Amino acid sequence: MEQILEIKNIVKQYANHRALDNVSITIPKGEIFGLLGPNGAGKTSLIRIINQITAPDAGEILFEGKHLNESHIYRIGYLPEERGLYKKMKVGDHLLYLARLKGLSKADAMDKLKEWFIKFDIKSWWDKPVEDLSKGMQQKIQFVATILHKPDLIILDEPFSGFDPINANIIKDEILSLKENGSTIIFSTHRMESVEELCDHVALINKSEKVLDGSKKELKEKFKDNTFTVKYTGELKNTPGVFSITQVENEDSLYTGIVKKEENASINEMIGAIISQVELRTFVENIPTMNDIFIRTVNGVPSL
Amino acid sequence: MKNILLIIQREYLTRVKKKSFIVMTILGPLLMGLMYGFIIWAAISSTDQKQIDVIDESGLFINKIPASAEYVFNFPNISLEQAKSNFKESKRDALVYIPADILDNKNGVKIFADSGVPLELQNKIEGSIEREIENIKLTEAGITRSLLESAKINIGSETINLKEGGEKKSSSAAATIIGFVCAFLIYMSVFIYGAQVMRGVMEEKTSRIVEVIISSVKPFQLMIGKIVGVGLVGLTQFTLWILLTLGIFSIGGSILGSKLMDSQSSLSQAQMSNLPPEARELAQQQMQQGGSGIPTEMMPDIFSAAATLPIATIIICFLFYFLGGYLLYSALFGAVGSAVDGDTDTQQFMLPITIPIIASFIIAQFVMRDPNGSLAFWASMIPFTSPIIMMVRIPFGVPVWQLVLSISLLIGGFIFTTWLAARIYRIGILMYGKKASWKELSKWVFYKG
Repeated sequence: MEQILEIKNIVKQYANHRALDNVSITIPKGEIFGLLGPNGAGKTSLIRIINQITAPDAGEILFEGKHLNESHIYRIGYLPEERGLYKKMKVGDHLLYLARLKGLSKADAMDKLKEWFIKFDIKSWWDKPVEDLSKGMQQKIQFVATILHKPDLIILDEPFSGFDPINANIIKDEILSLKENGSTIIFSTHRMESVEELCDHVALINKSEKVLDGSKKELKEKFKDNTFTVKYTGELKNTPGVFSITQVENEDSLYTGIVKKEENASINEMIGAIISQVELRTFVENIPTMNDIFIRTVNGVPSL
Repeated sequence: MKNILLIIQREYLTRVKKKSFIVMTILGPLLMGLMYGFIIWAAISSTDQKQIDVIDESGLFINKIPASAEYVFNFPNISLEQAKSNFKESKRDALVYIPADILDNKNGVKIFADSGVPLELQNKIEGSIEREIENIKLTEAGITRSLLESAKINIGSETINLKEGGEKKSSSAAATIIGFVCAFLIYMSVFIYGAQVMRGVMEEKTSRIVEVIISSVKPFQLMIGKIVGVGLVGLTQFTLWILLTLGIFSIGGSILGSKLMDSQSSLSQAQMSNLPPEARELAQQQMQQGGSGIPTEMMPDIFSAAATLPIATIIICFLFYFLGGYLLYSALFGAVGSAVDGDTDTQQFMLPITIPIIASFIIAQFVMRDPNGSLAFWASMIPFTSPIIMMVRIPFGVPVWQLVLSISLLIGGFIFTTWLAARIYRIGILMYGKKASWKELSKWVFYKG
């Protein structure tokens, strides 16, 4: 798999605390990469280093195999968590200014902006001062400013904060279509349901260190605990060497139980052992959610 | 570089397009013009004549106190008691009583009026009486006034600079005025435009736009772009102010001019009529030469002396010290703006920056009196005070080596403050919701990248 970004052994030291401690992450091209972690874990420090806002004390970053340098600035779009606009500027002027700072010519920026203003149906905003827009409207403007120059790497820090569900969905669709068009997206958030929905890969940073990374599939595979939810009628008993029941509830004659597969048994063996005892209605493997994985990793619960 | 230009352009255009800028730029000189216009108008138009009755029991002064544009004196032949009782009906503005024994009783003169007696009137009456008494006493002693006048000699001195270029006529008055005006303009502009840089930085920080911008440009570029943009706004405003002021004064001058000339000649005629006849002749000669009541030797002296001042040096140095002082201080103002999280926090960091500016302005008053002393020398070398102090000294003439040293030190000074400010700025603008302390600021300076 091709990589757009290789982060190697990054260390960032502030006066009395280490924000990043030997962090290495590889970000594959064309995917949505979730950068997760509790508050103060060091996500923003890492994002600022990728954006060349600050420099690391040690380590290096490669952008498509080359040392990160100033020319890469134009290929990155960044929507920071702490974001805002010049309040007195007119929306159109403001977007033109930001686009030109990202290396677009005035005419080019104008063409691209027109497309977006039509797409989002916000043509009437062009001459309004930013301060006349609601917070949600301003967020939309900021989103447009982030992706207008068609960056190869888009870094979104909590992109959904401040959006209502309808606008959040519009933005989500835009993120997915950016991915389809070949952009790579680094997505930093606390909202696990959007990680679940959007991310292909994740990395988890806790207390300045990377504690976990991999594709969503790999992680779920790694974190699943071999338990299954079964619904059945009849009476089910533990079968030593194959499975054990950890929890049972019943509603009339229908039982819902959670069974744990023994290490060496296969799933088919387990199903065989169950149907020999009861009438099986439902059999579902319990897949951990990203939320489970996050909480378990951060709280230090060892994976099973 | 392209990005710095974009930033400069934005900083410049958003400020210049602001209503407050346009209003201030136009209203500034207009208000100045109106103020001067009003003062001149008030001075000219307060010329309604006041009628004053003089009861002269001595008979020495009858018809000897000359009338003027402001005062007309009548000498009714009535007693003081009569005059006092008639005062209300007579509609006179004041009543003067001179006792019969005025020559022996110096304090016998009395002035009556409805309200307070203007000091001017009192002086005028006292002056006229004194002169008449003087004449009487001189005559008694056998001395004529012309003899006395010829004994009085007026000494006027010229100040001359002894330099390699030979003797140059100079005027310390012109030098002082020009130096002071230049120093004052630099003092004002450092404050006005330095504060604008600070507020601009704070706006970017508190509105949280800054992180987006510095993901496209280096913090240093953003800071320099802002400083240069605001500096250009300052130059624009100064240029417009100078042009508009000149315009207003030349238009206003031609309107007021004719009126001014009339009233001036009437005023000076009135002044002349106050003078004794011998002096009057002299004044008339002067009037013919100079065309105004102002003594002829004085005004051209200042102008000709001003012309001998190193005008080109002054203008070049003014531009340099204006830019140098502005760059030096606005970088520091920018650093303060980046370190704070709101207006209320600025105070603790502002003080150490404003103290040297205010101090230089105070030192300037001393330097004007002794432009070549050791205080003047050191204050014009230290980059924090030199922009203001050197401008005070330059019209008096400063040795070239001192000028070169001062300019080099100022360039070094603003490179240093810009470097220092940039170190603080790049960390400060991303420190949200935290009140920085002096200790922290000093740490920021040494952070890596």
